[in-house]
Amino acid sequence: MTAKKWVYEDFVEGATFPLGTKLVTAAEIIEFASEFDAQPMHLDEAAGKASILGGLSASGWHTCAMFMRLICDGLLLDSTSQGSPGIEYAKWKKPVLAGDTLTGKTTVVSARISKSRPGIGFVAIRSELANQHGEQVFELLNTGMFLTREAAQ
Amino acid sequence: MSLDKFLRLGDVVDIGSHTFTPEAIKAFARKYDPQPFHVDEEAAKKSVLGGLCASGWHTAAAWMRCNIATPLGVAWDGEGPAPEFGPSPGFSNLKWLKPVYAGETVRYTRTWLDHRALANREGWRLLSMHAEGFDSTGDKVIEFDSAVLVKVG
Repeated sequence: MTAKKWVYEDFVEGATFPLGTKLVTAAEIIEFASEFDAQPMHLDEAAGKASILGGLSASGWHTCAMFMRLICDGLLLDSTSQGSPGIEYAKWKKPVLAGDTLTGKTTVVSARISKSRPGIGFVAIRSELANQHGEQVFELLNTGMFLTREAAQ
Repeated sequence: MSLDKFLRLGDVVDIGSHTFTPEAIKAFARKYDPQPFHVDEEAAKKSVLGGLCASGWHTAAAWMRCNIATPLGVAWDGEGPAPEFGPSPGFSNLKWLKPVYAGETVRYTRTWLDHRALANREGWRLLSMHAEGFDSTGDKVIEFDSAVLVKVG
């Protein structure tokens, strides 16, 4: 038996996985933006307030990274994940502002076994992050690869 | 001067390169993507990827760093204020085509493709783009499609 909790067989269409929560601090918004997305609305409260986003807001790429941490901790690290070849789409639906608490959830859209490698399955998942007001701020669809229970042994 | 000329619409623009040191790969991954092959050289050697490599989100974020550091258009000499860039609604078709191993340098490009008026935001247009990144051997390691709001006039 694999020591991992989640294997390909667990990802049946419609299954949902809670991904936990994440408090977004001003300090980490500024830290990420300083390195990767140094635009005023991601670096400065006043500039953020004056912008279309309405406050100090996380870079969209930071939101992606925070989502990745949530799905690592909530699902992938305790699974037979073999990585993902990419992202079908990601939507930055509302600003993610300093002080927001994000809650993640993933739903299995479809799953199929690889034709060329029967020990691996492709799982399409749709994930979302909602803020403390219940507003969906981020949505992402991607396909992950997971070992089957037998292949993981 | 037209918006098309300002943006050099259709031109593939080299936006510079980013080197992924092992320290930076591990620092990013410890915060956002702590899968073994991104945080631990020994575990990475034993993994399907065969060596320490950057989180795909790190590779994507470094594109944004290069994008921000590169002027979004040529010098504006048209009527009225220069075009102003706003937020992005998201991206699609993101593909991680090849692992980016520790020490690798990725060169990134940006191509503005097309723009259209937005019905619900007067003065703003939605500008579509394509992004790519290539490693030192010339192989494409990442690509995606995205869009950004731009205010004209």
